[in-house]
Amino acid sequence: MASATAPPAAGDTACVLDRDGMGALVRELRARGRTVIGPTVRDDAIVLAKLESAEELPYGWGVEHEAGYYRVRRRPDGAAFAHSAGPQSWKSFLHPERVRQWAADRGPDGEMTVRPERDEPPSFAFLGVRPCDLRAIQIQDRVMIGGPHRDATYGARRGGAFLIVVECTEPGATCFCVSMDTGPAARPGYDLALTEVVDEAGHRFLARAGTDEGAEILAALPRRPADDLTRTRAREDVEAAAGRMGRTMPEVDLRALLAGTLDAERWNDVAARCLTCGNCTMACPTCFCTTTEDVTDLTGDHAERWRRWESCYDLDFTHLPGGSVRGSGRSRYRQWLTHKLGTWWDQFDSSGCVGCGRCIVWCPVGIDITEEAHALHQESLDGQAGTEDGRP
Amino acid sequence: MTAVPLPYRVTANRPESADTRTIELQPVAEALPVFAPGQFAMVYAFGVGDIPVSVAGIDGSALTHTIRGVGATSRALCAVRAGTQVGVRGPFGTGWDLPSAAGRDLIIVAGGIGLAPLRPLVREALSAPGTYGRLNVLVGARTPADLLYRSELDGWGHPYCGVTVDRAGPEWTGNVGVVTALLDQAAFDPHDTTAFACGPEVMIRAAARELLHRGVPAQHIRISLERNMHCATGHCGHCQLGPLLLCRDGPVVAYDRAKPLLTVREL
Repeated sequence: MASATAPPAAGDTACVLDRDGMGALVRELRARGRTVIGPTVRDDAIVLAKLESAEELPYGWGVEHEAGYYRVRRRPDGAAFAHSAGPQSWKSFLHPERVRQWAADRGPDGEMTVRPERDEPPSFAFLGVRPCDLRAIQIQDRVMIGGPHRDATYGARRGGAFLIVVECTEPGATCFCVSMDTGPAARPGYDLALTEVVDEAGHRFLARAGTDEGAEILAALPRRPADDLTRTRAREDVEAAAGRMGRTMPEVDLRALLAGTLDAERWNDVAARCLTCGNCTMACPTCFCTTTEDVTDLTGDHAERWRRWESCYDLDFTHLPGGSVRGSGRSRYRQWLTHKLGTWWDQFDSSGCVGCGRCIVWCPVGIDITEEAHALHQESLDGQAGTEDGRP
Repeated sequence: MTAVPLPYRVTANRPESADTRTIELQPVAEALPVFAPGQFAMVYAFGVGDIPVSVAGIDGSALTHTIRGVGATSRALCAVRAGTQVGVRGPFGTGWDLPSAAGRDLIIVAGGIGLAPLRPLVREALSAPGTYGRLNVLVGARTPADLLYRSELDGWGHPYCGVTVDRAGPEWTGNVGVVTALLDQAAFDPHDTTAFACGPEVMIRAAARELLHRGVPAQHIRISLERNMHCATGHCGHCQLGPLLLCRDGPVVAYDRAKPLLTVREL
């Protein structure tokens, strides 16, 4: 949130924007010096990119998802936000894949001076944050700036970011935000929340502010008071979305399930399919792991420290002088899944999964996190049944 | 400073063994907060990289590190000349927390380079006579030539300081065998003992098993663990051991917490 003040009641600011109002919203944000990032169609995908105008939004585009499958497709209704997660997430902007952290110079007598990177990031406005992705941002907040060591790069980018959540009315076949309790309705943490409504009464957005800055911006836009029909349709569409999830997680304590299945046979099964390519970790909106790179110029007296994304699927990820701790694909997939659904709780007091489905879509062999969780649950039930029968 | 290294001047670099050296560092200007025994620093060799290194000695703002040259950065740090500068971040991680063992017998078990983080612990115990019970120091090394701090070892154990090696030539008249065998010579009341162990993980597990067998409770066995580490600030994800981020929740971990994690292969 751009402002730390308590959100006013949603009813105070609820109003309706039409497509011109959306155009005015982007203009207003840009006039305030914001760099507006939102969805747009590029390279046969709906990507997140800098928007010059609201006309770049993917009006009339949707997506088809399945495990290992993603296609954009035309929508007859002209909706801009009737699509679920694309290949990127907001971490590309808040936790960039490659950043310089500091530079050092060595003088003639060997003296070292170190200069921290002065990151002066744009003042972001994120337009079209899905509720699951809002939770993902909040999860990365805990990791990057919620502990004793505050990451300066993330903090500078996150601190000024203005978040416009668009509630989800069109979940995809790989979505399971209901299982992870992150959507499809907007939860607190936004500056503005929108719900897109397309019906016989027209194409419009129910808008309400979550912060003072959000209310201020809404007040500057051409808008009309929220009418009962729009409010009702918006609520019904979001409620209907909750019933249209393409995937579900087993309804068990996932943290306990993962803690109790470290020796499961299922890990061998998934390891036989997993390519350990790391796509799931790159697409995941909460995966935060990085490595460091140290470089020098040709004189050897100027050095820089860079940080870039890395994946726990990389063999070198656990390198020690005696070899890698997690050498097998089995152990690396197990690390990712147990961390995401289980040990994330121990480390950061929340789940690491928001149910966005990206890891399922962008897995080249279509490994499905929900299917793996169900299989582990089934194996744990079978094990318990065996115990009750007196079998080992 | 935990994100950006502070310049430290190398005041000494002396050999410990064929591949291991001890370097002494003094802050050039600003000093890091005082380290506690068991904590570690990220030590940066200019242009090469930084690695986690436990403190082998703490004297005000001066730091001692014992480093085995096994990779690009550790070899570069072994090669630093007195008068040059390195970068240091820290302090990071959990310490041995010796004061919480006041009044209890102490057993310190070290294997190889694992003696380095235990050295300031031994010194802390020796500097407070009467505060702790009996001090037993058990040191293992691959060969006599690999023994660290040879000139200091004699004064370390009250009543017992044992040294053993895996392999030795005819000139060696001391113990040969695993370090856990020295426990038979140690003097301690297992129910009133706190143990500290660092070394190869297989040694740590063996030491813990023997200590448990002799009646030392798991929560009174503290071990120091090693994993790959890049940031030391809980952001890079490399040092995970199940639920633990070892840069934050370790490196010193009580064995009751570590045991279930160390028995899972490739965790």
